[in-house]
Amino acid sequence: MNNTAYLWGCILVVAIITFLERGLPFVLFARRDKNLPGWVTYLGRVLPCTIMAMLLVYCLKGGQGIHGLLQLVCVGLTGALQWWRGNTALSIGVGTLAYMILIRIF
Amino acid sequence: MKTIKYGLTKTAPVFVSFLFIGIAFGAMMSGAGYSPLWTLAMSAIIYAGSMQIAMVPLLLAGASPLAMAAMTLAVNGRHLFYGLGLIEKFARYPLWQRIYMAFSLTDETFSILCSATYPDDVREAPADLCIAVCNQLYWVFGSMVGALLASGLPIDLTGIDFAATAFFTVVCVGQLKGAQNKNASYLGFLLAVAFLALLGDSFLLPALGVGTALLLIFKKVFLQEGAQHE
Repeated sequence: MNNTAYLWGCILVVAIITFLERGLPFVLFARRDKNLPGWVTYLGRVLPCTIMAMLLVYCLKGGQGIHGLLQLVCVGLTGALQWWRGNTALSIGVGTLAYMILIRIF
Repeated sequence: MKTIKYGLTKTAPVFVSFLFIGIAFGAMMSGAGYSPLWTLAMSAIIYAGSMQIAMVPLLLAGASPLAMAAMTLAVNGRHLFYGLGLIEKFARYPLWQRIYMAFSLTDETFSILCSATYPDDVREAPADLCIAVCNQLYWVFGSMVGALLASGLPIDLTGIDFAATAFFTVVCVGQLKGAQNKNASYLGFLLAVAFLALLGDSFLLPALGVGTALLLIFKKVFLQEGAQHE
């Protein structure tokens, strides 16, 4: 087993870098007064949309062969359900269940 | 309180996915011979699912902290962009909250924060804090269940991690339906697919960088008229 010092060293390194990555934008740009640059406000509106779309593709990137196709199908199913019914729990539940069933069939 | 109920409702989908991915992580740690205390330390202090999972084989192999640092920079680099999209929102929090919210900014917390709408009787800052805390509690809980139960689950739950993908899909649909920044979403999909084709697995960071640059250069295309309210 690894020794305690090594494990703590690794945990702290990863934790600190992660925290720095998450916090850097705020350190650079956040101010108490309300005068945020216009482009920061603008990015706050559009960037999340771009990021979420990319994150979704990122989730799907690993899918190989039939599983990849099934993932796309179930994303479509989840998306369609959410578009028409707007019920988050339903969409996620049905989509995930469908995927779990389909990968056992194919 | 209303706020806690709101937080629990908003984070319910994340409970499912963190429970199961957390269990997977905890079980991996246990299988690798690490005591549940290490699992607890990692989930409480690092709080980054993909990196934690990637660490298990690295730790076993005795990889150097320097190698882990490099991996962390790459794996969690996308979090830089999350902060960029939330500066205005965070500016309204007290300092201590900003620190915790920045610490706990995972994919899922980010997704909920950028799609949240608040009822009249719920204040935004406490609600956001509740969301962030709930998510971390679910993660720690899931990790500990996995660590303590090890391989003892009787049912085969293969594929349940699709819940995370499903959750992101739901958020994207919500953004597209909002009809205000659709072009920004389309840009995301297009660039992601293009960069994935060009670069393979490590496409995300370059795609995010280029995407952000394009958003800034072509403002007129992406911010549509009528998108006034916050």
